[in-house]
Amino acid sequence: MSADGICFHCGEPVLTGDRYLVTIGHDDRPVCCPGCKAVAEFIRDSGLEHYYDFRTETALRPEQAEPEAVRPEWLAFDRPAVMEQLTAASGDGNREALLLVEGVRCAACSWLIERSLGRLPGVIEIQVNPATARARLLWDPAASPLSRLLDGLARLGYRPHPVSAGAQTSMAQRERRQAMKRLAVAGLGMMQVLTYAVSLYAGAFQGMDADIQAFLRLISLVVATPVVLYSGFPFFQGAWRDLRAGRPGMDVPVALAIGGAYLASLVNGFRGVGEVYFDSVTMFVFLLSLGRFAEMTARHRAGEMSDALARLAPATALRLDDDGHEPRSVGVGELAPGDRLLVRTGDPFPADGRLESAIGLVDESMLTGESKPVRRQVGEPVIGGSLNVGDPVEMRVERTGAETVLSHVARLLQRAQAARPGLARSADVVARWFVVGVLVIAAGVAVAWALHDPARAFEVTLSVLVVTCPCALSLATPTALTAATTRLARAGLLVTRPDALEKLARADRVLFDKTGTLTRGRISVTGVEPLADVGRERCLAIAAALERRSEHPIARAFADIPAPPAADARVSPGFGIEGRVDGRRFRIGRPDFAAGLAPGGAVDERGPVDSSDDAAVALGDEHGLIARFRLSDPLREGSRDAVTRLAGLGMGAEIVSGDEATAVAEAAAATGIATSRHRQTPEDKLHRIRDLQQHGHRVVAVGDGVNDAPVLAGADVSVAMASGAPLAQTSADMMLMGESLAPLADGLKLARRTRVVIRQNLAWALFYNLIALPLAAAGWVAPWMAAIGMSASSVLVVLNSVRLARAELGPGQAPARIESGMSAREASR
Amino acid sequence: MTIIYVLIPLGLVLLAIAIWAFFWAVGNGQFDDLETPAWRILMDDDRRPPPPSETETRDTDGE
Repeated sequence: MSADGICFHCGEPVLTGDRYLVTIGHDDRPVCCPGCKAVAEFIRDSGLEHYYDFRTETALRPEQAEPEAVRPEWLAFDRPAVMEQLTAASGDGNREALLLVEGVRCAACSWLIERSLGRLPGVIEIQVNPATARARLLWDPAASPLSRLLDGLARLGYRPHPVSAGAQTSMAQRERRQAMKRLAVAGLGMMQVLTYAVSLYAGAFQGMDADIQAFLRLISLVVATPVVLYSGFPFFQGAWRDLRAGRPGMDVPVALAIGGAYLASLVNGFRGVGEVYFDSVTMFVFLLSLGRFAEMTARHRAGEMSDALARLAPATALRLDDDGHEPRSVGVGELAPGDRLLVRTGDPFPADGRLESAIGLVDESMLTGESKPVRRQVGEPVIGGSLNVGDPVEMRVERTGAETVLSHVARLLQRAQAARPGLARSADVVARWFVVGVLVIAAGVAVAWALHDPARAFEVTLSVLVVTCPCALSLATPTALTAATTRLARAGLLVTRPDALEKLARADRVLFDKTGTLTRGRISVTGVEPLADVGRERCLAIAAALERRSEHPIARAFADIPAPPAADARVSPGFGIEGRVDGRRFRIGRPDFAAGLAPGGAVDERGPVDSSDDAAVALGDEHGLIARFRLSDPLREGSRDAVTRLAGLGMGAEIVSGDEATAVAEAAAATGIATSRHRQTPEDKLHRIRDLQQHGHRVVAVGDGVNDAPVLAGADVSVAMASGAPLAQTSADMMLMGESLAPLADGLKLARRTRVVIRQNLAWALFYNLIALPLAAAGWVAPWMAAIGMSASSVLVVLNSVRLARAELGPGQAPARIESGMSAREASR
Repeated sequence: MTIIYVLIPLGLVLLAIAIWAFFWAVGNGQFDDLETPAWRILMDDDRRPPPPSETETRDTDGE
């Protein structure tokens, strides 16, 4: 497809020729649909066409623009109960809302949103963070209702999801701010104390007035006190927690060294004789805090992923009250068991409950992995968050809020993400034994020196404690993982679980799903075969007119084709659509259904009807079939390269697909994958994974995340395409953010290097401690030397890890996918 | 050398001011997002949008 055939705004193929054009600058640019045209013109007319210069990703396709009025789905956000729940008052009568914004892909998006929304009346401030896709909106409810602003955002093509202010985000933010303050106090304090320390050392050699010396020691004490008490507080807290739990961790010797050195210096400082160790103490606290900060940042990033779940649950519902007939839009928080709700076509079910309508067609793919819509009878349960893909239905609410299935799943996910990576856990176990050893040795050294030379006993013991601090040991893993994660995020592979890199490094088999993974997952019309005396264009137009009335995925293939209006349209789920176009009746859908309008019934004289072929769609009128459409799902660009590179890295590739044989065979041939299985149910796929695992293979499963969540869960490492369903994204170990599979090979390569780097780090940390410990025990290392040695060892480990963040990755390097939103910060560490 | 009895406490006062300023900046959210501001300077609004928009009732562009 040439570049001309790509929509200027959203990057999807243009099937309508020059029907929709937008003049940007001096050029006419083709766009794919009226929605994109409206948005592009709005952006131009607002003087914001810079957006197109600066963006690094194409935009999402906007919803079809409608006339001015605010669409009813947003109106519920103006109800006081919803406002109270989702937004917070912020003085002067203004309110603040936190929005998760779908479709924010790069900094240009956030700029566009800030500029265009900032012009709406009532908006006081809007800030969009492209790294987290989160917007903070401050507005005046008196000047403009929230619904209007949300609607404005949705019209731009960015669908907002208000999340309740407070909760997890602000917790992470508070923690981060707190840590930054502690780090600043420690850093600035350390620098000050070091200048005094240098003066004192110089004075010790060249002579210094006793008054000035005492003064400098006093000032050092003054500066070191907040460093130890404020910045060092988390270490004391951690040590206390460890001791109470009876499991001495890293914090115990750290707290002992900091506390001991500080107290001894305090006593010596006031007595005016003996050594002070304020320099060593502050340096120690600062360097340790820096390591903790790095680890915390990595942890928060993982937490952000689970927020994507919030997008699944709708915020509003249409309630049918017993008195009136008009459904009323209410917030989900207002629902109670027993309420009757109306769920329109294409909307998610707002809560768990039972169906009241005779029949309903439900897409539960994000929860069950079943890709085909499920048919539900009256009285059967429906799950909140699943999609109504059939006709509008009524339901009765049974469970809301925290009771729903979706909330349970979300909690499970959160728990999984709260867990520390296995590697870090094993490092902790090692560190624990190490710590016990250090404490025993330090005690032994103290006793030995107390007998041998009581005057130096304290100093030597302190040196032993500081020099053997297992910082390098405990930094070895998290820093390497953070650096690698950062590097991969820039390459377009987001690691959502730290364990995943380690497992990926060991993997030797990769299973691909076909639809949406190797292929783009976007069905389009690739051929029209007229069967009667009707032109191709006309067939397409009639088909498009009928398909406009359907929500079926196949209908999307026709969405860009201009169509006359259709009347009396009726959807027969699973079969097709019947309707009247320009006065004549037509049917589109399964060939046997489409042929059903003709008097002879389903008989098709032009050949047998192959109803098992999902990709066949036929159009018929009262005289029989008039056209057959070939629909297919084009292969992702670069799929073949990615598979070749993976094979070069020793990964055996297989396709397991639910699709029919020919489509799978075509995809296999096009990508160069030798082994493929077709017509696989999720159970079959899972079984195949188990089978491989029993033969000692470690399996990476790559899916679009929509219909294979359980398959992904069964694999050693699961990779989902970010364009899939949000829930599957969060349950997958890794996500491919762009449209290409190439980052997967990068990921494998880097995961293996990461494993090497972690081993180097651990080896170095142990080696350093083995060398330093005897020297310190022998009394050859002063405490300040110990602090420098300890930190040099840690710095070496960190620098070694940072190499991963700078790593050059494989051939055909993908362009930066996520604009360094979460990268530069950590890469520079 | 008695001057250091003045200068060092003075330095401490400056240190306290620096830490206070940093705390203020952190509390004010200045360090929450380190990415977007770097882009914002590149995308400064040179051109004003055409006037006849009815939503343009107030100037909210003053950043």
